[in-house]
Amino acid sequence: MRTIAVVTELGRRSVRQTFRRPQLIAPLVIIPTLLLAVQAAGAGRAIDLPGFPPVESFFDFLLAGAMIQAALLAGNSGGIALAIDIEMGFTDRLLAAPIPRFAIVAGRLAGTAAMGATTAVWFLALGLIFGVRIEEGLLGALLMIVLVTLAALAFGTLGAALALRSGSASVVQGTFPLVFVILFLSTAFFPADLLLEPAQTIARINPLSFIAEAVRDPVISVFSGPELLEGLAGIVLIGGIGLALCSLALRRRLRLG
Amino acid sequence: MPAIEVSNLQRAFSDEVLAVAGIDLHVDEGEIYAFLGPNGAGKTTTVRMLTTLLRPTGGSATVAGHDVVAEPAAVRAAIGVALQEAALDPLMTGRELIRMQATLHGIPRAEGQQRADDLLRRVGLTEAGDRRVGTYSGGMKRRLDLASSLVHEPRVLFLDEPTTGLDPVSRKSIWGEVEALNREGTTVFLTTQYLEEADQLADRVGIISNGRIVAEGTPASLKAEVGKPRMELVLATGDPDKCMEVLGRFGDPLPPRDGTLMIEVSAGVAAIAPVVRALDEAGLLVESLDVVEPTLDDVFVAKTGQHLEGAEAPAEPETGESEAVAG
Repeated sequence: MRTIAVVTELGRRSVRQTFRRPQLIAPLVIIPTLLLAVQAAGAGRAIDLPGFPPVESFFDFLLAGAMIQAALLAGNSGGIALAIDIEMGFTDRLLAAPIPRFAIVAGRLAGTAAMGATTAVWFLALGLIFGVRIEEGLLGALLMIVLVTLAALAFGTLGAALALRSGSASVVQGTFPLVFVILFLSTAFFPADLLLEPAQTIARINPLSFIAEAVRDPVISVFSGPELLEGLAGIVLIGGIGLALCSLALRRRLRLG
Repeated sequence: MPAIEVSNLQRAFSDEVLAVAGIDLHVDEGEIYAFLGPNGAGKTTTVRMLTTLLRPTGGSATVAGHDVVAEPAAVRAAIGVALQEAALDPLMTGRELIRMQATLHGIPRAEGQQRADDLLRRVGLTEAGDRRVGTYSGGMKRRLDLASSLVHEPRVLFLDEPTTGLDPVSRKSIWGEVEALNREGTTVFLTTQYLEEADQLADRVGIISNGRIVAEGTPASLKAEVGKPRMELVLATGDPDKCMEVLGRFGDPLPPRDGTLMIEVSAGVAAIAPVVRALDEAGLLVESLDVVEPTLDDVFVAKTGQHLEGAEAPAEPETGESEAVAG
Protein backbone atom coordinates (compact mmCIF):
# COMPACT_ATOMS: atom_id res chain seq x y z
CA MET A 1 0.00 0.00 0.00
CA ARG A 2 2.80 2.37 0.93
CA THR A 3 4.59 1.80 -2.39
CA ILE A 4 1.34 2.56 -4.23
CA ALA A 5 1.02 5.80 -2.27
CA VAL A 6 4.62 6.72 -3.18
CA VAL A 7 4.14 5.91 -6.88
CA THR A 8 0.89 7.90 -6.90
CA GLU A 9 2.57 10.88 -5.24
CA LEU A 10 5.51 10.80 -7.65
CA GLY A 11 3.15 10.35 -10.59
CA ARG A 12 1.14 13.35 -9.43
CA ARG A 13 4.32 15.39 -9.18
CA SER A 14 5.33 14.25 -12.67
CA VAL A 15 2.02 15.44 -14.16
CA ARG A 16 2.21 18.76 -12.29
CA GLN A 17 5.77 19.21 -13.51
CA THR A 18 4.74 18.59 -17.12
CA PHE A 19 1.91 21.12 -16.94
CA ARG A 20 4.14 23.70 -15.22
CA ARG A 21 6.99 23.39 -17.72
CA PRO A 22 5.76 24.59 -21.13
CA GLN A 23 8.64 22.95 -22.99
CA LEU A 24 7.41 19.55 -21.74
CA ILE A 25 3.68 19.95 -22.39
CA ALA A 26 3.85 21.84 -25.70
CA PRO A 27 5.35 19.06 -27.83
CA LEU A 28 2.78 16.54 -26.59
CA VAL A 29 -0.17 18.51 -27.87
CA ILE A 30 0.93 21.22 -30.26
CA ILE A 31 3.23 19.26 -32.60
CA PRO A 32 0.89 16.28 -33.18
CA THR A 33 -2.10 18.63 -33.55
CA LEU A 34 -0.31 20.78 -36.12
CA LEU A 35 0.92 17.75 -38.04
CA LEU A 36 -2.58 16.30 -37.98
CA ALA A 37 -4.04 19.54 -39.31
CA VAL A 38 -1.41 19.99 -42.03
CA GLN A 39 -1.57 16.39 -43.23
CA ALA A 40 -5.35 16.14 -43.10
CA ALA A 41 -5.77 19.40 -44.99
CA GLY A 42 -2.88 18.99 -47.43
CA ALA A 43 -3.09 15.32 -48.30
CA GLY A 44 -6.78 14.67 -47.79
CA ARG A 45 -7.19 13.14 -51.25
CA ALA A 46 -4.80 10.36 -50.36
CA ILE A 47 -7.80 8.26 -49.37
CA ASP A 48 -8.75 8.09 -53.08
CA LEU A 49 -5.55 6.18 -53.88
CA PRO A 50 -6.08 2.56 -54.85
CA GLY A 51 -5.27 0.32 -51.87
CA PHE A 52 -6.16 2.90 -49.25
CA PRO A 53 -8.40 1.37 -46.56
CA PRO A 54 -12.04 2.44 -46.70
CA VAL A 55 -12.35 5.48 -44.43
CA GLU A 56 -14.67 8.48 -44.26
CA SER A 57 -11.78 10.95 -44.37
CA PHE A 58 -7.99 11.13 -44.13
CA PHE A 59 -8.52 12.77 -40.73
CA ASP A 60 -10.17 9.52 -39.54
CA PHE A 61 -7.12 7.59 -40.64
CA LEU A 62 -4.59 10.04 -39.19
CA LEU A 63 -6.20 10.35 -35.77
CA ALA A 64 -4.56 7.15 -34.47
CA GLY A 65 -1.21 8.33 -35.86
CA ALA A 66 -1.49 11.64 -34.00
CA MET A 67 -2.34 9.78 -30.80
CA ILE A 68 0.64 7.44 -31.15
CA GLN A 69 2.87 10.40 -31.93
CA ALA A 70 1.65 12.14 -28.76
CA ALA A 71 2.25 8.94 -26.76
CA LEU A 72 5.79 8.70 -28.13
CA LEU A 73 6.44 12.34 -27.28
CA ALA A 74 5.00 11.79 -23.79
CA GLY A 75 7.56 9.01 -23.33
CA ASN A 76 10.31 11.31 -24.57
CA SER A 77 9.15 14.18 -22.33
CA GLY A 78 9.01 11.84 -19.34
CA GLY A 79 12.60 10.84 -20.04
CA ILE A 80 13.68 14.48 -20.30
CA ALA A 81 11.97 15.30 -17.00
CA LEU A 82 13.65 12.34 -15.27
CA ALA A 83 17.02 13.42 -16.65
CA ILE A 84 16.40 16.95 -15.34
CA ASP A 85 15.70 15.41 -11.91
CA ILE A 86 19.00 13.56 -12.08
CA GLU A 87 20.88 16.65 -13.24
CA MET A 88 19.54 18.86 -10.45
CA GLY A 89 20.06 16.20 -7.77
CA PHE A 90 16.36 15.69 -7.08
CA THR A 91 16.75 11.96 -7.67
CA ASP A 92 19.21 11.86 -4.76
CA ARG A 93 16.43 13.17 -2.53
CA LEU A 94 14.29 10.21 -3.60
CA LEU A 95 17.16 7.73 -3.31
CA ALA A 96 17.83 8.89 0.26
CA ALA A 97 14.24 8.05 1.24
CA PRO A 98 13.14 4.62 2.47
CA ILE A 99 11.29 3.64 -0.71
CA PRO A 100 11.88 0.86 -3.25
CA ARG A 101 14.21 2.03 -6.02
CA PHE A 102 11.82 1.00 -8.79
CA ALA A 103 9.18 3.31 -7.29
CA ILE A 104 11.20 6.28 -8.54
CA VAL A 105 10.93 5.04 -12.14
CA ALA A 106 7.38 3.77 -11.64
CA GLY A 107 6.27 7.19 -10.38
CA ARG A 108 7.70 8.84 -13.48
CA LEU A 109 6.04 6.23 -15.71
CA ALA A 110 2.71 6.74 -13.94
CA GLY A 111 2.95 10.42 -14.85
CA THR A 112 3.86 9.56 -18.45
CA ALA A 113 0.86 7.21 -18.68
CA ALA A 114 -1.41 9.92 -17.30
CA MET A 115 -0.10 12.33 -19.93
CA GLY A 116 -0.75 9.65 -22.58
CA ALA A 117 -4.36 9.36 -21.39
CA THR A 118 -4.73 13.14 -21.39
CA THR A 119 -3.49 13.48 -24.97
CA ALA A 120 -5.74 10.58 -26.06
CA VAL A 121 -8.74 12.44 -24.66
CA TRP A 122 -7.58 15.64 -26.38
CA PHE A 123 -7.32 13.98 -29.79
CA LEU A 124 -10.60 12.14 -29.38
CA ALA A 125 -12.28 15.45 -28.56
CA LEU A 126 -10.58 17.06 -31.54
CA GLY A 127 -11.70 14.20 -33.76
CA LEU A 128 -15.29 14.45 -32.58
CA ILE A 129 -15.27 18.22 -33.17
CA PHE A 130 -14.03 17.66 -36.74
CA GLY A 131 -16.59 15.00 -37.51
CA VAL A 132 -14.71 11.77 -36.87
CA ARG A 133 -17.16 8.96 -36.27
CA ILE A 134 -15.94 6.17 -34.03
CA GLU A 135 -17.45 3.01 -35.46
CA GLU A 136 -17.19 1.13 -32.16
CA GLY A 137 -18.84 3.95 -30.19
CA LEU A 138 -18.08 4.75 -26.56
CA LEU A 139 -16.43 1.39 -25.86
CA GLY A 140 -14.21 1.91 -28.88
CA ALA A 141 -13.23 5.37 -27.61
CA LEU A 142 -12.40 3.95 -24.18
CA LEU A 143 -10.34 1.19 -25.80
CA MET A 144 -8.40 3.83 -27.76
CA ILE A 145 -7.66 5.76 -24.55
CA VAL A 146 -6.48 2.62 -22.79
CA LEU A 147 -4.23 1.61 -25.70
CA VAL A 148 -2.68 5.08 -26.01
CA THR A 149 -2.13 5.18 -22.24
CA LEU A 150 -0.39 1.80 -22.33
CA ALA A 151 1.62 2.87 -25.38
CA ALA A 152 2.78 6.02 -23.57
CA LEU A 153 3.77 3.85 -20.62
CA ALA A 154 5.79 1.57 -22.91
CA PHE A 155 7.48 4.47 -24.71
CA GLY A 156 8.10 6.04 -21.31
CA THR A 157 10.23 3.07 -20.28
CA LEU A 158 12.58 3.79 -23.20
CA GLY A 159 12.80 7.50 -22.28
CA ALA A 160 13.41 6.60 -18.64
CA ALA A 161 16.10 4.06 -19.54
CA LEU A 162 17.93 6.64 -21.63
CA ALA A 163 17.62 9.23 -18.86
CA LEU A 164 18.94 6.81 -16.23
CA ARG A 165 21.82 5.73 -18.45
CA SER A 166 22.89 9.18 -19.63
CA GLY A 167 21.69 11.41 -16.76
CA SER A 168 21.51 14.16 -19.35
CA ALA A 169 18.35 15.97 -20.46
CA SER A 170 20.01 17.12 -23.67
CA VAL A 171 20.88 13.54 -24.63
CA VAL A 172 17.25 12.45 -24.14
CA GLN A 173 16.03 15.54 -25.97
CA GLY A 174 18.44 14.69 -28.79
CA THR A 175 16.40 11.58 -29.57
CA PHE A 176 13.36 13.76 -30.36
CA PRO A 177 13.86 13.63 -34.17
CA LEU A 178 14.02 9.83 -33.96
CA VAL A 179 10.37 9.89 -32.91
CA PHE A 180 9.47 11.17 -36.36
CA VAL A 181 11.73 8.74 -38.21
CA ILE A 182 10.22 5.77 -36.36
CA LEU A 183 6.71 7.12 -36.88
CA PHE A 184 7.11 7.66 -40.61
CA LEU A 185 8.52 4.14 -40.92
CA SER A 186 5.25 2.74 -39.56
CA THR A 187 1.63 2.75 -40.63
CA ALA A 188 0.80 5.59 -38.25
CA PHE A 189 0.29 8.10 -41.08
CA PHE A 190 0.04 5.99 -44.21
CA PRO A 191 -1.05 2.44 -45.07
CA ALA A 192 1.82 -0.05 -45.54
CA ASP A 193 0.53 -1.05 -49.00
CA LEU A 194 1.15 2.47 -50.30
CA LEU A 195 4.69 2.85 -48.91
CA LEU A 196 7.76 2.30 -51.08
CA GLU A 197 10.43 -0.25 -50.23
CA PRO A 198 12.27 -0.55 -47.90
CA ALA A 199 9.87 1.60 -45.85
CA GLN A 200 7.05 -0.86 -46.54
CA THR A 201 8.97 -3.85 -45.13
CA ILE A 202 10.10 -1.85 -42.11
CA ALA A 203 6.55 -0.64 -41.49
CA ARG A 204 5.23 -4.19 -41.63
CA ILE A 205 7.54 -5.29 -38.78
CA ASN A 206 7.61 -2.01 -36.84
CA PRO A 207 5.80 -2.61 -33.50
CA LEU A 208 4.49 0.95 -33.80
CA SER A 209 2.46 -0.13 -36.82
CA PHE A 210 0.69 -2.81 -34.79
CA ILE A 211 -0.06 -0.34 -32.02
CA ALA A 212 -1.30 2.28 -34.50
CA GLU A 213 -3.54 -0.27 -36.24
CA ALA A 214 -5.01 -1.36 -32.89
CA VAL A 215 -5.76 2.25 -31.94
CA ARG A 216 -7.18 2.98 -35.40
CA ASP A 217 -9.35 -0.12 -35.54
CA PRO A 218 -12.24 1.20 -33.40
CA VAL A 219 -12.43 4.33 -35.61
CA ILE A 220 -12.50 2.84 -39.06
CA SER A 221 -14.00 -0.64 -38.71
CA VAL A 222 -15.67 -3.12 -36.44
CA PHE A 223 -13.75 -4.57 -33.50
CA SER A 224 -11.00 -7.00 -34.48
CA GLY A 225 -9.53 -9.29 -31.83
CA PRO A 226 -6.32 -10.12 -33.71
CA GLU A 227 -5.52 -6.44 -34.35
CA LEU A 228 -6.03 -5.64 -30.68
CA LEU A 229 -3.81 -8.54 -29.63
CA GLU A 230 -1.11 -7.50 -32.10
CA GLY A 231 -1.27 -3.97 -30.74
CA LEU A 232 -0.99 -5.19 -27.17
CA ALA A 233 1.89 -7.45 -28.18
CA GLY A 234 3.68 -4.42 -29.67
CA ILE A 235 3.17 -2.51 -26.43
CA VAL A 236 4.40 -5.45 -24.33
CA LEU A 237 7.45 -5.88 -26.57
CA ILE A 238 8.46 -2.21 -26.37
CA GLY A 239 7.61 -1.98 -22.67
CA GLY A 240 9.50 -5.20 -21.91
CA ILE A 241 12.62 -4.00 -23.68
CA GLY A 242 12.31 -0.60 -22.03
CA LEU A 243 11.87 -2.06 -18.55
CA ALA A 244 14.88 -4.33 -19.00
CA LEU A 245 16.98 -1.36 -20.12
CA CYS A 246 15.62 0.71 -17.20
CA SER A 247 16.58 -1.99 -14.76
CA LEU A 248 20.13 -2.21 -16.14
CA ALA A 249 20.54 1.59 -16.21
CA LEU A 250 19.15 2.00 -12.68
CA ARG A 251 21.45 -0.70 -11.31
CA ARG A 252 24.43 0.92 -12.96
CA ARG A 253 23.48 4.33 -11.60
CA LEU A 254 23.02 2.95 -8.08
CA ARG A 255 26.33 1.10 -8.29
CA LEU A 256 28.19 4.22 -9.37
CA GLY A 257 26.35 6.41 -6.90
CA MET B 1 24.79 3.16 20.98
CA PRO B 2 26.72 5.61 18.79
CA ALA B 3 24.74 7.55 16.19
CA ILE B 4 27.48 7.01 13.63
CA GLU B 5 30.30 4.49 13.76
CA VAL B 6 32.75 4.31 10.88
CA SER B 7 35.73 2.01 10.51
CA ASN B 8 38.35 2.31 7.77
CA LEU B 9 35.71 3.60 5.32
CA GLN B 10 37.00 3.91 1.78
CA ARG B 11 35.73 4.91 -1.62
CA ALA B 12 37.78 4.53 -4.76
CA PHE B 13 36.50 5.71 -8.12
CA SER B 14 39.30 4.11 -10.06
CA ASP B 15 42.73 2.69 -9.35
CA GLU B 16 44.09 6.23 -9.26
CA VAL B 17 41.30 8.14 -7.52
CA LEU B 18 40.80 7.33 -3.85
CA ALA B 19 38.30 9.94 -2.70
CA VAL B 20 38.04 8.58 0.85
CA ALA B 21 41.16 6.76 1.94
CA GLY B 22 40.12 4.92 5.08
CA ILE B 23 38.50 7.02 7.78
CA ASP B 24 37.40 6.15 11.30
CA LEU B 25 34.65 8.09 13.01
CA HIS B 26 32.54 7.85 16.12
CA VAL B 27 29.66 10.26 16.64
CA ASP B 28 27.60 9.99 19.82
CA GLU B 29 23.83 10.46 20.02
CA GLY B 30 22.97 14.12 20.47
CA GLU B 31 26.29 15.43 19.17
CA ILE B 32 26.93 17.99 16.46
CA TYR B 33 29.88 16.70 14.48
CA ALA B 34 31.43 18.90 11.81
CA PHE B 35 33.49 17.56 8.97
CA LEU B 36 35.78 20.38 7.99
CA GLY B 37 37.89 20.46 4.87
CA PRO B 38 38.50 22.19 1.57
CA ASN B 39 36.66 21.41 -1.66
CA GLY B 40 37.51 17.95 -2.92
CA ALA B 41 38.77 16.68 0.45
CA GLY B 42 36.25 13.81 0.57
CA LYS B 43 33.50 15.35 2.71
CA THR B 44 30.62 14.85 0.31
CA THR B 45 31.76 11.38 -0.71
CA THR B 46 31.72 10.41 2.97
CA VAL B 47 28.23 11.85 3.46
CA ARG B 48 26.99 10.04 0.36
CA MET B 49 28.29 6.75 1.73
CA LEU B 50 26.78 7.35 5.16
CA THR B 51 23.42 8.23 3.61
CA THR B 52 23.49 5.08 1.40
CA LEU B 53 23.70 7.05 -1.83
CA LEU B 54 27.13 5.63 -2.61
CA ARG B 55 28.45 2.17 -1.85
CA PRO B 56 31.77 2.09 0.00
CA THR B 57 34.60 0.18 -1.65
CA GLY B 58 36.12 -0.68 1.71
CA GLY B 59 35.56 -0.55 5.45
CA SER B 60 32.26 -0.38 7.26
CA ALA B 61 29.81 2.15 8.66
CA THR B 62 26.72 2.05 10.81
CA VAL B 63 24.23 4.89 11.16
CA ALA B 64 21.60 4.81 13.91
CA GLY B 65 22.73 1.24 14.59
CA HIS B 66 22.22 0.01 11.03
CA ASP B 67 24.88 -1.03 8.56
CA VAL B 68 24.86 1.26 5.52
CA VAL B 69 25.49 -1.63 3.10
CA ALA B 70 23.50 -4.45 4.69
CA GLU B 71 20.51 -2.42 5.97
CA PRO B 72 20.23 0.64 3.74
CA ALA B 73 16.44 0.92 4.08
CA ALA B 74 16.67 1.05 7.88
CA VAL B 75 19.38 3.71 7.62
CA ARG B 76 17.24 5.80 5.26
CA ALA B 77 14.26 5.58 7.61
CA ALA B 78 16.37 6.90 10.49
CA ILE B 79 18.14 9.78 8.78
CA GLY B 80 17.32 13.18 7.36
CA VAL B 81 19.44 14.47 4.51
CA ALA B 82 19.93 17.96 3.14
CA LEU B 83 22.42 17.70 0.34
CA GLN B 84 24.75 20.33 -1.08
CA GLU B 85 23.11 22.84 -3.44
CA ALA B 86 19.61 22.13 -2.08
CA ALA B 87 18.20 19.63 -4.58
CA LEU B 88 14.77 21.19 -4.89
CA ASP B 89 12.35 21.14 -7.80
CA PRO B 90 11.83 24.79 -8.74
CA LEU B 91 8.37 23.95 -10.11
CA MET B 92 7.02 22.59 -6.83
CA THR B 93 5.76 24.76 -4.01
CA GLY B 94 7.39 24.50 -0.61
CA ARG B 95 4.28 22.86 0.83
CA GLU B 96 4.11 20.30 -2.00
CA LEU B 97 7.74 19.37 -1.42
CA ILE B 98 7.29 18.71 2.29
CA ARG B 99 4.05 16.80 1.69
CA MET B 100 5.83 14.66 -0.90
CA GLN B 101 8.68 14.03 1.52
CA ALA B 102 6.11 12.95 4.14
CA THR B 103 4.62 10.43 1.71
CA LEU B 104 8.09 9.08 0.92
CA HIS B 105 8.47 8.37 4.63
CA GLY B 106 5.10 6.64 4.91
CA ILE B 107 3.33 9.42 6.77
CA PRO B 108 -0.43 9.49 6.07
CA ARG B 109 -1.66 12.38 3.93
CA ALA B 110 -3.53 14.31 6.62
CA GLU B 111 -0.62 14.04 9.03
CA GLY B 112 1.78 15.03 6.26
CA GLN B 113 -0.27 18.15 5.65
CA GLN B 114 -0.13 19.02 9.34
CA ARG B 115 3.62 18.46 9.49
CA ALA B 116 4.12 20.58 6.38
CA ASP B 117 2.28 23.45 8.09
CA ASP B 118 4.31 23.00 11.29
CA LEU B 119 7.66 22.79 9.52
CA LEU B 120 6.97 25.75 7.24
CA ARG B 121 6.13 27.76 10.35
CA ARG B 122 9.26 26.52 12.09
CA VAL B 123 11.58 27.71 9.31
CA GLY B 124 9.65 30.93 8.72
CA LEU B 125 8.23 30.01 5.32
CA THR B 126 4.50 29.94 6.08
CA GLU B 127 3.82 32.90 3.80
CA ALA B 128 5.96 31.49 1.00
CA GLY B 129 4.73 27.90 1.41
CA ASP B 130 2.41 28.03 -1.58
CA ARG B 131 4.89 29.77 -3.86
CA ARG B 132 7.02 27.84 -6.30
CA VAL B 133 10.51 27.07 -5.02
CA GLY B 134 11.98 28.70 -8.11
CA THR B 135 10.97 32.08 -6.67
CA TYR B 136 12.80 31.48 -3.34
CA SER B 137 16.10 33.09 -2.34
CA GLY B 138 19.11 30.89 -1.59
CA GLY B 139 18.50 31.14 2.16
CA MET B 140 14.82 30.24 1.79
CA LYS B 141 15.74 27.20 -0.30
CA ARG B 142 18.17 25.98 2.35
CA ARG B 143 15.57 26.47 5.07
CA LEU B 144 13.00 24.56 3.02
CA ASP B 145 15.50 21.79 2.37
CA LEU B 146 16.19 21.60 6.10
CA ALA B 147 12.45 21.53 6.87
CA SER B 148 11.81 18.75 4.36
CA SER B 149 14.60 16.65 5.87
CA LEU B 150 12.88 16.88 9.27
CA VAL B 151 9.43 15.69 8.24
CA HIS B 152 9.88 12.19 9.71
CA GLU B 153 11.72 13.43 12.83
CA PRO B 154 15.03 11.75 11.98
CA ARG B 155 17.44 10.55 14.66
CA VAL B 156 20.47 11.62 12.66
CA LEU B 157 20.54 14.63 10.37
CA PHE B 158 23.12 14.97 7.60
CA LEU B 159 23.76 18.46 6.31
CA ASP B 160 26.17 18.76 3.41
CA GLU B 161 27.59 22.27 3.34
CA PRO B 162 24.30 23.75 4.58
CA THR B 163 25.37 27.37 4.34
CA THR B 164 27.72 27.46 1.35
CA GLY B 165 26.95 30.49 -0.75
CA LEU B 166 24.58 32.06 1.78
CA ASP B 167 24.79 35.62 3.09
CA PRO B 168 25.73 36.07 6.79
CA VAL B 169 22.14 36.63 7.93
CA SER B 170 20.85 33.47 6.24
CA ARG B 171 23.86 31.58 7.56
CA LYS B 172 23.09 32.63 11.13
CA SER B 173 19.47 31.64 10.65
CA ILE B 174 20.47 28.11 9.58
CA TRP B 175 22.91 27.87 12.47
CA GLY B 176 20.16 28.82 14.90
CA GLU B 177 17.89 26.14 13.50
CA VAL B 178 20.62 23.48 13.67
CA GLU B 179 21.34 24.38 17.30
CA ALA B 180 17.64 24.23 18.13
CA LEU B 181 17.30 20.80 16.52
CA ASN B 182 20.30 19.54 18.43
CA ARG B 183 18.83 20.81 21.69
CA GLU B 184 15.76 18.71 20.86
CA GLY B 185 17.99 15.62 20.68
CA THR B 186 18.81 15.27 16.99
CA THR B 187 22.34 14.15 16.17
CA VAL B 188 23.78 16.38 13.46
CA PHE B 189 26.58 15.49 11.07
CA LEU B 190 27.50 18.45 8.92
CA THR B 191 30.19 19.13 6.40
CA THR B 192 31.58 22.58 5.94
CA GLN B 193 34.47 24.49 4.51
CA TYR B 194 33.83 27.41 6.84
CA LEU B 195 36.02 27.58 9.95
CA GLU B 196 33.56 29.78 11.78
CA GLU B 197 30.72 27.35 11.15
CA ALA B 198 32.61 24.40 12.59
CA ASP B 199 33.89 26.48 15.49
CA GLN B 200 30.49 27.91 16.36
CA LEU B 201 28.26 24.87 15.88
CA ALA B 202 30.21 21.71 16.47
CA ASP B 203 30.75 19.76 19.66
CA ARG B 204 33.53 17.98 17.82
CA VAL B 205 35.31 18.61 14.55
CA GLY B 206 36.98 16.20 12.17
CA ILE B 207 39.43 17.82 9.79
CA ILE B 208 39.67 15.99 6.49
CA SER B 209 42.29 16.43 3.81
CA ASN B 210 42.87 14.27 0.75
CA GLY B 211 40.38 11.67 1.96
CA ARG B 212 41.92 11.22 5.40
CA ILE B 213 41.03 12.63 8.81
CA VAL B 214 44.11 14.56 9.89
CA ALA B 215 42.79 15.86 13.22
CA GLU B 216 39.76 15.34 15.42
CA GLY B 217 38.52 16.76 18.69
CA THR B 218 36.58 19.60 20.23
CA PRO B 219 37.35 22.99 18.62
CA ALA B 220 39.02 24.08 21.88
CA SER B 221 41.19 20.98 22.20
CA LEU B 222 42.26 21.15 18.56
CA LYS B 223 43.26 24.78 18.91
CA ALA B 224 45.06 24.08 22.18
CA GLU B 225 47.07 21.40 20.37
CA VAL B 226 48.65 23.88 18.00
CA GLY B 227 49.75 26.46 20.54
CA LYS B 228 48.92 29.24 22.97
CA PRO B 229 47.30 32.58 22.11
CA ARG B 230 49.79 35.03 20.65
CA MET B 231 50.18 38.76 21.10
CA GLU B 232 50.72 40.71 17.89
CA LEU B 233 52.12 44.20 18.21
CA VAL B 234 53.08 46.97 15.79
CA LEU B 235 55.29 49.78 17.10
CA ALA B 236 54.55 53.40 16.20
CA THR B 237 58.01 54.57 17.26
CA GLY B 238 60.92 52.97 19.10
CA ASP B 239 63.46 50.21 18.80
CA PRO B 240 61.98 46.80 17.91
CA ASP B 241 64.81 44.97 19.69
CA LYS B 242 64.16 46.91 22.85
CA CYS B 243 60.47 46.16 22.47
CA MET B 244 61.14 42.42 22.11
CA GLU B 245 63.25 42.61 25.25
CA VAL B 246 60.25 43.99 27.14
CA LEU B 247 57.80 41.54 25.54
CA GLY B 248 60.08 38.63 26.36
CA ARG B 249 59.20 39.10 30.01
CA PHE B 250 55.61 38.09 29.26
CA GLY B 251 55.99 35.13 26.92
CA ASP B 252 58.12 33.22 24.46
CA PRO B 253 59.07 35.32 21.43
CA LEU B 254 57.89 34.27 17.96
CA PRO B 255 59.54 35.29 14.67
CA PRO B 256 58.30 38.74 13.52
CA ARG B 257 56.16 38.93 10.37
CA ASP B 258 55.90 42.03 8.14
CA GLY B 259 56.92 44.40 10.95
CA THR B 260 54.56 42.75 13.44
CA LEU B 261 56.25 41.60 16.64
CA MET B 262 54.82 38.47 18.24
CA ILE B 263 55.03 36.52 21.48
CA GLU B 264 53.11 33.56 22.85
CA VAL B 265 51.01 34.57 25.85
CA SER B 266 49.55 31.85 28.08
CA ALA B 267 47.43 34.42 29.91
CA GLY B 268 45.66 35.50 26.72
CA VAL B 269 43.91 38.88 26.86
CA ALA B 270 44.78 39.21 30.58
CA ALA B 271 48.36 39.93 29.47
CA ILE B 272 47.39 43.10 27.62
CA ALA B 273 47.31 45.52 30.57
CA PRO B 274 50.73 44.61 32.08
CA VAL B 275 52.35 44.57 28.62
CA VAL B 276 51.01 48.04 27.81
CA ARG B 277 52.25 49.39 31.15
CA ALA B 278 55.72 47.89 30.63
CA LEU B 279 56.00 49.29 27.10
CA ASP B 280 54.88 52.70 28.35
CA GLU B 281 57.50 52.67 31.08
CA ALA B 282 60.14 51.76 28.45
CA GLY B 283 59.07 54.75 26.35
CA LEU B 284 57.80 52.65 23.43
CA LEU B 285 54.76 53.92 21.52
CA VAL B 286 52.42 51.23 20.22
CA GLU B 287 50.39 51.59 17.00
CA SER B 288 48.35 48.40 17.44
CA LEU B 289 48.19 45.48 19.80
CA ASP B 290 46.06 42.37 19.60
CA VAL B 291 45.81 38.98 21.24
CA VAL B 292 45.02 36.30 18.66
CA GLU B 293 43.63 32.93 19.67
CA PRO B 294 44.64 29.93 17.54
CA THR B 295 42.03 29.12 14.90
CA LEU B 296 41.01 25.88 13.25
CA ASP B 297 42.93 27.18 10.25
CA ASP B 298 46.06 27.09 12.40
CA VAL B 299 45.19 23.48 13.18
CA PHE B 300 44.74 22.78 9.48
CA VAL B 301 48.07 24.45 8.68
CA ALA B 302 49.80 22.48 11.43
CA LYS B 303 48.39 19.20 10.12
CA THR B 304 48.56 19.71 6.36
CA GLY B 305 50.98 22.56 5.77
CA GLN B 306 48.42 24.66 3.95
CA HIS B 307 45.65 27.06 4.87
CA LEU B 308 42.10 25.75 4.85
CA GLU B 309 40.51 28.76 3.25
CA GLY B 310 41.50 28.85 -0.36
CA ALA B 311 42.96 25.36 -0.13
CA GLU B 312 41.97 23.07 -2.96
CA ALA B 313 42.51 19.37 -2.63
CA PRO B 314 42.77 17.35 -5.85
CA ALA B 315 39.28 17.49 -7.32
CA GLU B 316 36.85 14.75 -6.35
CA PRO B 317 34.89 13.21 -9.18
CA GLU B 318 31.60 14.79 -10.22
CA THR B 319 28.30 13.31 -9.13
CA GLY B 320 26.06 11.24 -11.31
CA GLU B 321 26.83 11.37 -14.95
CA SER B 322 30.37 10.10 -15.14
CA GLU B 323 31.82 6.80 -14.06
CA ALA B 324 33.16 8.38 -10.94
CA VAL B 325 30.65 9.78 -8.58
CA ALA B 326 30.22 12.33 -5.87
CA GLY B 327 32.58 14.06 -3.69
